[in-house]
Amino acid sequence: MDVTFKKENDIAIVYIKGRIDAISAPEFEKRIDGMISEGNSTFVLDLSELEYISSAGLRSILVLAKRLKSENGKIVFSGLKGPVAEVFKISGFYSIFNVFADEKEALKNM
Amino acid sequence: MTHSSTLTLPATISNLERFLELVSKCALTCGMDKKRVTEIEIATEEALVNIIQHAYRGEKGEIEVECDIKKDTLSIKIIDYGPPFNILTLQDPDVNATLEERKIGGLGVFFMKKLMDGVDYKREGNKNILILTAYKDRTTEFDS
Repeated sequence: MDVTFKKENDIAIVYIKGRIDAISAPEFEKRIDGMISEGNSTFVLDLSELEYISSAGLRSILVLAKRLKSENGKIVFSGLKGPVAEVFKISGFYSIFNVFADEKEALKNM
Repeated sequence: MTHSSTLTLPATISNLERFLELVSKCALTCGMDKKRVTEIEIATEEALVNIIQHAYRGEKGEIEVECDIKKDTLSIKIIDYGPPFNILTLQDPDVNATLEERKIGGLGVFFMKKLMDGVDYKREGNKNILILTAYKDRTTEFDS
């Protein structure tokens, strides 16, 4: 898993590449949690280069989203494809999160 | 075409990748496409992590993974020697709940059921045997 990050107009855009599995999920959660603690409250998670996510990763996303919600923050997703889109669908994440086709579309709707 | 491979390793999270490599190789041999291979890996991860975290309750133990390919069907047999436990009896999560109501966890077993074409459990002697079945020609709504 590889996490990179940029900031645009107070929005944190985070690119997650590779795999979020039971081994890398804690690291993923820690990275984003750290960004929240540093004062970021609006996030676009771009998953266009995420190839794999298991329930451990979705669990981390729920933990982070609940924290952001309680602190009046916001998290949206972009670029999901293949198996990542499939597990989001199965988990009902499309009904609790805003999911956009790509980063540009997400930023337009923030 | 019939083909079978088996891997037995200690039930530790550091062995997850080696088990998943075996499963993904078998799925590719079976002729699955990339998306299906990943879904099979995810389902297998869920079964393995469950065993690693719960089956041996902190004690040392082993996991055996056996992949069988018969024509267009891949069967993944996952065996542990922990106390009898049928994970299929766990309740499905409420996927229609709001973010505030959503419980953390409980998605793993649900993923197995949804991503595979079949999930079966049996107890044989001192073994918990979970069998994940995937057909090559299954199509899902999100094909890309």
